[in-house]
Amino acid sequence: MRDGFSGLDDRIADSLKQEAAEKENLKQLLEQQRELTDSRKHEREIALDRMAHYDFTKWAHTRGQKVITRLYVALALTLGALMIFFLLETVANMPRFGAADTPGSNIVTRRYIERGLQETGAVNIVAGMILDYRAFDTLGESTVLFIAACAVLILLRIDKDSQGMPVMEQIAEDADDRHHEPKNDRILQASAKLLTPVVLLFGVYVILNGHLSPGGGFSGGAIISAGLILYLNAFGFEKSGRFFRYETFKWVSFCSLLFYGLAKTYSFYCGANRLESGIPLGVPGAILSSGLIMPLNIAVGMVVACTMYIFYALFRKGGL
Amino acid sequence: MLQMLYENLEQTVAVILFGIGFGILLLQRNLIRKIIGLNIMDTAVYLFLASMGYIHGRKAPIVVDGVTDTARYINPIPAGLVLTGIVVSVSFTAIMLALTIRLYRRYRTLDIDQIALLAKAEGD
Repeated sequence: MRDGFSGLDDRIADSLKQEAAEKENLKQLLEQQRELTDSRKHEREIALDRMAHYDFTKWAHTRGQKVITRLYVALALTLGALMIFFLLETVANMPRFGAADTPGSNIVTRRYIERGLQETGAVNIVAGMILDYRAFDTLGESTVLFIAACAVLILLRIDKDSQGMPVMEQIAEDADDRHHEPKNDRILQASAKLLTPVVLLFGVYVILNGHLSPGGGFSGGAIISAGLILYLNAFGFEKSGRFFRYETFKWVSFCSLLFYGLAKTYSFYCGANRLESGIPLGVPGAILSSGLIMPLNIAVGMVVACTMYIFYALFRKGGL
Repeated sequence: MLQMLYENLEQTVAVILFGIGFGILLLQRNLIRKIIGLNIMDTAVYLFLASMGYIHGRKAPIVVDGVTDTARYINPIPAGLVLTGIVVSVSFTAIMLALTIRLYRRYRTLDIDQIALLAKAEGD
């Protein structure tokens, strides 16, 4: 028994020692970071100094800058005023606001309103339009969002180095995050505990009722991501990391887009070859109706929620 | 002309907002303010599109009691177009902000003229 306990003591001592060593290591890294910033500042001063020797900047800093700036402002204001004037002239010649016989209300609109319910099964005509008649467009939109998230990920993500140790930039960002963001704010945590489930539930409601009432994948996804961001703000990255990592983002977005693409490929194939798709439209107004629109709304909502959340995480700290 | 502009008040406001956004885009040197200007222009376009679809005395295009009469609902197409616009605007705002962050990390300034000069001085 005693041996066991003394072994345990040793282990505790070891772990304490390790912790102290890690702290020392972190201190050194921060010191190096500071030196790096100093040297970069110095480089910048040199660059500014060199800039002052250029003739074009000398001229630009004295008379030239004033002349060109004034000319530019005058030109910009004229251009803006001219543009507003011509656009106002156009607006004055447009059909009156709220008139029933505008050129926009043409045969396409009539078709969507008169046949939409029967052909798509969706009570919400806009949902039927964007997820059935124009579903290809919506697939493109979700893809644009996904690609934007990937681009921001490439630009802002701070990765660990080859040995798996955090790099300077990440340590600086962590310190910055600790300094500027709330840590263990009681009021925020209490209100997040109350609000997060409600917000998430409301988002799910908006997505699932997309074909019955105003709303749908995009708005519902934005509401869900707002709830997730509230949770992240209150409880920090460690707790939110338990359910949302890069893998979550990757797989959820990939599966949603793949499902969307396959589902729409199937219905385009059937439509083009005049085959029966075999997807029941259901009773209009029921929750399980209007064929593929509800699953497609869910897929879009997933992509939007993940994308918004990852935007926030990347802009705040450069990672999850 | 003024009478017509007053009758098309929504479109007039949208056009003026568009001009303000354009002015901000041209006159501000701060990158973040330029992005805000571009977003104001986007918002003006949404307002314009949404106002084009509205018809006096009609309801939102959600079928009530199975009545599919064109005289009862407003035009649903602009709503779909605005949705597309919002999604694209969110995407490119995010990319522009990310690029701005990278520029700020490198040059420690948001002034576009200074960034251009610093980049030139660094180049040779």
